[in-house]
Amino acid sequence: MSGRVLVGVKRVIDYAVKIRVKPDHTGVVTDGVKHSMNPFCEIAVEEAVKLKEKKLIKEVVAVSCGPQQVQETIRTALAMGADRGIHVEVSGKDYETLGPLQVSKILAALAKKEQADLIILGKQAIDDDCNQTGQMTAALLDWPQGTFASEVTLDADKLKVVREIDGGLETIKIKLPAVVTADLRLNTPRYATLPNIMKAKKKKIANVKPADLGVDVSSRLEVLKVDEPPQRQAGVKVETVDDLVGKLKEAGRI
Amino acid sequence: MSRMQHAEAKDGEAAAPFRPETPMAKTLMDIGTRRIFSEEHDLFRQNVRRFFQEEVVPYHAQWEKAGEVSREVWEKAGEHGLLGVYTPEKDGGIGGDLLSAAIVWEEQMYCNCSGPGFSLHSEIVMTYISNYGSKAQIEHYIPQMTAGKCIGAIAMTEPGAGSDLQGVKTFAKKDGTDWILNGSKVFITNGWMSDVVIVVAVTNREAKTAAHGISLFLVDNGTKGFQKGRKLEKLGLQSSAELFFEDVRLPAEALLGQANKGFYYLMNELPQERLLIATMALASCEFMFEETRNYVMQRKAFGRTIADLQVVQHKLAELKTDICVGRAFVDSCLQLHNEKKLDSSTASMAKYWATDLQNRVATQCLQLHGGWGYMWEYPIA
Repeated sequence: MSGRVLVGVKRVIDYAVKIRVKPDHTGVVTDGVKHSMNPFCEIAVEEAVKLKEKKLIKEVVAVSCGPQQVQETIRTALAMGADRGIHVEVSGKDYETLGPLQVSKILAALAKKEQADLIILGKQAIDDDCNQTGQMTAALLDWPQGTFASEVTLDADKLKVVREIDGGLETIKIKLPAVVTADLRLNTPRYATLPNIMKAKKKKIANVKPADLGVDVSSRLEVLKVDEPPQRQAGVKVETVDDLVGKLKEAGRI
Repeated sequence: MSRMQHAEAKDGEAAAPFRPETPMAKTLMDIGTRRIFSEEHDLFRQNVRRFFQEEVVPYHAQWEKAGEVSREVWEKAGEHGLLGVYTPEKDGGIGGDLLSAAIVWEEQMYCNCSGPGFSLHSEIVMTYISNYGSKAQIEHYIPQMTAGKCIGAIAMTEPGAGSDLQGVKTFAKKDGTDWILNGSKVFITNGWMSDVVIVVAVTNREAKTAAHGISLFLVDNGTKGFQKGRKLEKLGLQSSAELFFEDVRLPAEALLGQANKGFYYLMNELPQERLLIATMALASCEFMFEETRNYVMQRKAFGRTIADLQVVQHKLAELKTDICVGRAFVDSCLQLHNEKKLDSSTASMAKYWATDLQNRVATQCLQLHGGWGYMWEYPIA
């Protein structure tokens, strides 16, 4: 057991920004727009750092895939307490089409290389809402997974995960190595204090290319068009249930 | 508020990110601007901004009504490393640079919450103790002050002496190895909540000039004879108080630095204090400008938003120019002081100019809000 935890952190458009679709409808405007660490990734980092503070694990490694700018995101993870970072360089067209399948292949390769015992990811990213990377990574590694975690308890090589599911809460026990994805209520991410920010400056971020890991990042998906959601139409008030049924039939809904 | 994008990397090489100055940014309070700051500063600023938004803004209105902030917010600020930023780590402070301390000053003004006296506590009171205090005094006070458990104040002003510091009448008489303190102080920021007060007192009435007979004392809250008067209701800047000292017996260890050197210490620290005020005044201008800009862009009159009116555009352009020009000077002073090169007169220039500007901007911005500007519920008031 290496005691090493890999945490994936994704750089996304900040949650407070008003998103605008590009005039050519190929995507959304990202130039000059505020970016931050995906909120669920923050929760993942916090959980990993907590485990280290409890001395249940030894090292937290923050990983991000993307162009130069993602180093900012890795530094934030370092300022929160991660020990070192890995920047997987992906830029240009490859970055635009980078999705869960490619990222999970990268994470799986890194997990093997780093001999990680545990991978903690956010349950989903707030830009694409895929909710796939954690599950795909576990499948590629043939590791057990504890997704939508609202509580994680580590005891030697056994992990108890309380999962948030539609019906309520489900508790499972899985054995390391494993993949966990963080849900909202898992914890409240800490503030990065100035001493930690200064310490983070000295922590190392290694650069790696997907090819070095034997991963092909080309996408099997092609985005045809990106549009705004349709404008919400005003509703219509009806007097009786019969009127309602009539209107629905008119609109071809039933 | 957008973070300025880094220049795109060319051919896989890391491009040095250009840090624009405030006039070029989307808003005057954008993170990622101003060449005096670095990326680490940006990260710190983000966290400080978050602290003020989450822990201060929601409670500020009720604190203003109560005339005091909560003990809790002081301890929270300490917990998150926002106090004692400029105090050296070896003394028990955070050990950050001056620019990081300035970030805390500015962010407080950016959220328009003048209540908590963090900047005075950290970069005035704690600075005096770490610069002139004995090892014992530093060990006793600084860690607690960094933690927000011990709140500091400094008492110079008296009912009869404000600008004329040499006119101070509070007197400490030597009694064996002790001192007996008598006098009163007024307008003391953090005074009401303070746990320790640095009191400026005359110790030698026969000195050749008043300045040569002044000393500084550390007086703990609860010391017999030390009374806090009422909380003062002023125009703004709440958290001010009157302090009374009646035959307060102080041990030798309460003397801060050397006897009769107090005035020299005070003069030494003035550049930093003036810079602090100048920085906060400028930050306040930037906040008021953005607040007003947002207001005029949505306030409708004469068939369009008032931001469409040429006279309003001119006024805003003039205000923005003044503020950005002022910002350039204050930033230059911050950089100088960060290198310990700021002198007293330059600091005075910054303070006088920035506070004058703050007044002008406040008046103009209030007017731009029209009638609503007179309502307390509007931030500009």
